[in-house]
Amino acid sequence: MSLTIGLLLALSFVVSLLALAFLIWAINNNQLRIEQRHAYTIFTEGEAGQVDDPTAEREDDHHFDIERAGIDRVSRLPVLILVASGIGWLVLGSLFGLVASLKLHWPDWLDAQAALTFGRVRTLHLNMVIYGWASMTGIAVALWVTPRIFHTPLRLPRLPLIGAALWNMALLAGAIAIANGWTDGEEWLEIPWQVDIGLATAGVFFVVPIIVTAARREVHHIYVTGWYYLAGLCWFPVLFVIANIPYIHSGVQEATVNWWFAHNVLGLWLTPLGVGTAYYFIPKIIGKPIYSYSLSLLGFWGLALFYSQVGIHHLIGGPVPTWVVTLSIVHSMMMFIPVLAVAVNQHVLVARNLWALRESIPLRFVALGALLYTLASFQGSIEALRTVNSVTHFTHYTVGHAHLGAYGFLTLVLFGAVYYLVPRSTGRQWPWPAAMAAHFWLVVVGFLVYFAALTIGGVLQGLAMLDATRPFAESVRVTMPYLQARSVGGSLMALGHLLFAVHFVVAVLQRPAPHPGATVLSKPAVAA
Amino acid sequence: MNRILPLGVIALGILAFATLMLVIGPAIQIKSMAPTPGLANYSAQELRGREQYVAQGCVYCHSQQPRSADQAPDAERGWGRAAVASDYVYDRPHQLGTMRTGPDLFNVGTRLPSRDWHLTHLYQPRAIFAWSIMPGYPYLFERKSRAGPGDVVVSLPAEHRPAEGVIVAKPAALDLVAYLQGLDHTNPAPARAVRDDGYSERGEPR
Repeated sequence: MSLTIGLLLALSFVVSLLALAFLIWAINNNQLRIEQRHAYTIFTEGEAGQVDDPTAEREDDHHFDIERAGIDRVSRLPVLILVASGIGWLVLGSLFGLVASLKLHWPDWLDAQAALTFGRVRTLHLNMVIYGWASMTGIAVALWVTPRIFHTPLRLPRLPLIGAALWNMALLAGAIAIANGWTDGEEWLEIPWQVDIGLATAGVFFVVPIIVTAARREVHHIYVTGWYYLAGLCWFPVLFVIANIPYIHSGVQEATVNWWFAHNVLGLWLTPLGVGTAYYFIPKIIGKPIYSYSLSLLGFWGLALFYSQVGIHHLIGGPVPTWVVTLSIVHSMMMFIPVLAVAVNQHVLVARNLWALRESIPLRFVALGALLYTLASFQGSIEALRTVNSVTHFTHYTVGHAHLGAYGFLTLVLFGAVYYLVPRSTGRQWPWPAAMAAHFWLVVVGFLVYFAALTIGGVLQGLAMLDATRPFAESVRVTMPYLQARSVGGSLMALGHLLFAVHFVVAVLQRPAPHPGATVLSKPAVAA
Repeated sequence: MNRILPLGVIALGILAFATLMLVIGPAIQIKSMAPTPGLANYSAQELRGREQYVAQGCVYCHSQQPRSADQAPDAERGWGRAAVASDYVYDRPHQLGTMRTGPDLFNVGTRLPSRDWHLTHLYQPRAIFAWSIMPGYPYLFERKSRAGPGDVVVSLPAEHRPAEGVIVAKPAALDLVAYLQGLDHTNPAPARAVRDDGYSERGEPR
């Protein structure tokens, strides 16, 4: 036993040495030199210094550049189809989430069908919002932003169309399977592995075009957003395939695989998508580069090194080796470093340009999302401490935390990105500007209620459970008002999503009342 | 940060390293342990019941991993001794769980051994605990005008009884209850069994 652990430590030492050698090589070859001027990669010439928000432009504005119009036109169809799919899954997923929430205080509601029992509705919610909304919309934004930071059109733009069709079909099949009780039975890995083959295949159709586009880029430097996207697109397929290979593990080994995967979905897939997106849109909309471009390097590699090893903090106090739990706790604390690096970069820029928040609703979504990333990460690190974990583990507090990350952070960032990119992509304005503000306040207020309720309720539940003098029933009773409040908050969020979905459909289907820039483009053609 | 290949290679290298530490390392250690003495494999009916447990999604509200007395009063609540890795060798998929909307079930078979209790509770939890927020599973039961030979009738208080006829358990419900009744991990764990001892004082016996 001590031999294998000794071997493992020796191996980790060798790996560290190799990494060090690689780092020296990289520095020697100027691979790691980055300068503040690289932060300007996202702007075209003369563009930096002015606010850029398509939703706030008036009819007579001529904020449109030909290079980007060409780039955005190539990516238009795959991006819009993926966004539409994502929004569809968001609405459906929110509905199942709301039903699951209501069932926790109306337990006899909808209990006649197996497909609508709590355990399945909750699972449908998670899979739809993570693999449907967050992943598809995140990929859409990546497909739209990547060509822009590389100043070249998307290559192989038809492949993502095949990918989107395949992904939607596989996810639908997965949802039907779960509703009928066919599940792999592990959290975040419920979709049967046979169906997962479809999702994994679909993934190839997204990864290849982005990598080919990156390889054919017209700028030497890869902007920080590109690091996150490219790394995320390397990580997630590997994670997904390895975690879904059946019949390898059982029992506790399977649990470690489960949480290695589940936390890496957050850390190495959803987080890179969200952070990368925020790194593009915040400076792009404000018109100024991020605070310190070299700091972003620390944020990125810190995330890769530390986030990848935090998963076992989901098994603190459980039947797994002490050393691996401790390892994950240490890395959870180390996450403060990359999170602070990202926070300094993004929040300082926003704080110095608060006026821009008033002018731009997309920026409001993205900047608030970025702020909540910082908070969610701090909360996650603290939650991994043993004393805190004893109270919060096994309670609704964790559900609140999960939503702070996946919703407060990622979903808000994606909302902002979609509001920004649809006018640029279609050449048409959002038809109802007031609906954007209404959407913002519905989901922000709704989420505030949601998060506060589960956080307070979860702590009370945890304290009741730790007190041997109180019966278990007490830990259920004490949460009731908070579970009801969560349903209220969740309803507001779902309402906001419905409004967003209707607005999106109207925006895409509206008669071409062309964006002012589009007429500028077509004029020479008429003259000729 | 101007090249794609090194970026991808290092990124995947870091992931491989994390996999080594979080997956391969613990697996080597856990696989070296024999099953907890006295731990029996599931019977065919218990396995069918376990499939029901997984398919209904019981894991989203019930954990199967009692904590140690140093950390939480799980044992005092009757949920059993702290679980160790070798208690789970026959579990596939694992159902450790991360939520306790309901109590831990790792030893529910010893805590609540009665089949009739479980059938009533599964059909309508509020027939037993007014405060319970667990869903009922009426679709695992059926109403018959009268019980046939071999039917297991669910005993219910007046307010949950159907207007006429009786409620009998479908095979799925009987399987699920058999699995729950079989959940028993009270055999003492070997001294060197693997678990997270991060809460225990140095040298303190488990």
